[in-house]
Amino acid sequence: MIKHFLTLEWKSFARSASFKTNIAFKILMLLGFLYFATIFVFIGIGIFYGIRKEAHLEPLATVNRYLIYYFSVDLIFRYMMQKIPVVNIKPLLYLNLKKSSVVHFSLGKTALSGFNLLHAFFFIPFSVVMLVEGYDVWGVVQWYLGIMALIFTANFLNILAASKDSIAFFTGSILVVLAGLHYYGFFDITQYTSMFFNGLYHSFYSLIALLLLLLSYYSAANYFRANMFLDAGLSVKQKTASTQEYTWLNRFGSMSTFLKNDLRLILRNKRSKMTLFVSLMFLFYGLLFFTSKSYESPVWQIFAGIFVSGGFLFTFGQFVPSWDSSYYPLMMSQNIQYREYISSKWWLVVIATVFSTGLASFYLFFGWKTYLAVVVGAIYNIGVNAHLVLWGGAYIKQPIDLTSAKQAFGNKQAFNLKTMLLSIPKLLLPLGLFALGYYLINPIAGYLFVALAGVLGFAFKNKVFSIIEKIYQTEKYKTIAAYKQKN
Amino acid sequence: MIQVKNLTKVYSGISVLSIDNLDITKGESFGLVGNNGAGKTTFFSLLLDLIKPSTGQILNYGVEVNKSEAWKPFTTAFIDETFLIGYLTPEEYFYFIGELRGQSKADVDTFIAGFEDFFNGEILKNKKYLRDLSKGNQKKVGIIAALIGNPEVIVLDEPFANLDPTTQIRLKRILKELAAKGDKTILVSSHDLQHTVEVSNRIVVLEKGIVVKDIQTSAETLKELEAFFEG
Repeated sequence: MIKHFLTLEWKSFARSASFKTNIAFKILMLLGFLYFATIFVFIGIGIFYGIRKEAHLEPLATVNRYLIYYFSVDLIFRYMMQKIPVVNIKPLLYLNLKKSSVVHFSLGKTALSGFNLLHAFFFIPFSVVMLVEGYDVWGVVQWYLGIMALIFTANFLNILAASKDSIAFFTGSILVVLAGLHYYGFFDITQYTSMFFNGLYHSFYSLIALLLLLLSYYSAANYFRANMFLDAGLSVKQKTASTQEYTWLNRFGSMSTFLKNDLRLILRNKRSKMTLFVSLMFLFYGLLFFTSKSYESPVWQIFAGIFVSGGFLFTFGQFVPSWDSSYYPLMMSQNIQYREYISSKWWLVVIATVFSTGLASFYLFFGWKTYLAVVVGAIYNIGVNAHLVLWGGAYIKQPIDLTSAKQAFGNKQAFNLKTMLLSIPKLLLPLGLFALGYYLINPIAGYLFVALAGVLGFAFKNKVFSIIEKIYQTEKYKTIAAYKQKN
Repeated sequence: MIQVKNLTKVYSGISVLSIDNLDITKGESFGLVGNNGAGKTTFFSLLLDLIKPSTGQILNYGVEVNKSEAWKPFTTAFIDETFLIGYLTPEEYFYFIGELRGQSKADVDTFIAGFEDFFNGEILKNKKYLRDLSKGNQKKVGIIAALIGNPEVIVLDEPFANLDPTTQIRLKRILKELAAKGDKTILVSSHDLQHTVEVSNRIVVLEKGIVVKDIQTSAETLKELEAFFEG
């Protein structure tokens, strides 16, 4: 029976559309995996000596202290990116197979995911270094096994969490609060958790980890088994819908038709909601730059300014028109002018940029110069980058599955060469302009140069729209065909 | 009037459609029948400029469809679920299509009110997005949306498939009423010979991309078609 499962798996892997279409992408992915694996190995080795030499602390205890954050971040990453293999189960339901063996196979398959394997690249070298450095062999082995058990526990917890969006957001917010309390010295959760992690080495706590693993596995298996019905776990959840008029958008004239739809698209689909969430995160990206000493250079301030105001612009804009991929034939056979369609997307991006700039006014707290960087970045975003993302998006022919949030990061579209080329002026040009004004004349000139480039960009709006329109027209058949290929 | 001239579509050396000459006159109710792979959907996709012809051309009321977009204002279609926007409620979808065809919300409301029995209480005010409707109900929405805004040319691919018997009968009535007005060109494809015969006044049979029969509907048509498909 296992043999059948394995051949099915192999076929679904080897025959999947994405596997066939782009061998170059597969190689890139493999390189990416190797890259991360190498980094992990170096971190695993380096962190041990780093902690001892630089911080003069005991490496194992220090790592144990922060493991709680490591696992929390891992859980959130898994939630966002790891796919749960539910879909493939449907055709197996009525066959002569025991439900429990289907469940065990599906769960077993998730254990082989790269999300689990990657960790070994960090923990194995770290453990080996510990052995070389004369740590107790039995303790290291127990510690390693305990950690691995916890990683797989996270894997199965994620399966349970996949059925509930709230769990991830809940975990995420708790993590942020705890990290904040820790940072400002109010409460240190790590004191309590590190006791447990230290216990893996010094005591027999790895048994507890093992117990957790078994517990999570069986709850996941039970959950799966109990919900293996078309109208339960395997069904797609439905939400009650209400008709929204959005009459306030009517002021945009004929474009309002599209704007209304885009608004519904963003608010009613998992994938786009994820994008919205990510673009909100961009708002706080500046904190990294404005508070850190190493990014004090004014050029970095502009860089941050562009990201802070342009979160939505980058995350949503670059996938126009792919957002409409699931009904592209309708759009292409209806009475729709490309120009109106493009302008409506442009307006959407512009409105969002202005809105983000307003939200970002809390940067005034860091001084008016910091906020000026955000405003100047916004002007450049609206004048230049809004055109560039829409232009780049026209070359992307990857359909978007609106109902799945899983691809929101690390999309393979990002590897499109033409879009890569178009992304250079998005970031480097304003940096250069600013540096030019800043170092040749004075700081204000730097800001002026970037803002001026943004204003100038407006002048080319019609030209750029015509170019995008041409691309839409010439690529029309290819785009329709590509959007038909669902993953 | 739709004119097809020397139209072919070839996929990697294999011809899937080849029509030398076909004229569909204004007011005609045109039925397209054929087995799987006969080229029905390919023909409709070419007519809507969704795929590129290998050779030849289609003129939709004088507009060459792959050269100009001027056919879009008077042509509507429902081919498959890619013509539906899943995250809209049926009402929102109707308004969207209506706005694209220059119809106000009130116009659309009046129009769809006439199809309440066709919807059978399962479509309007049902608090569901289109993606959550059953296949049959999705089809109902798509078909009615294709009738909004008084189009001249209406293209429906397999409209009867997935519909329950009552709805099939109601759809036949709707299509017959539309055809009776005489100013609309209706193109319908189907696997169901009887339905097609009932709603069409001209039937074309495609086989492996070639027109093998072109008949004006009469009392004998159904028998003739059945005899043909029996082989």
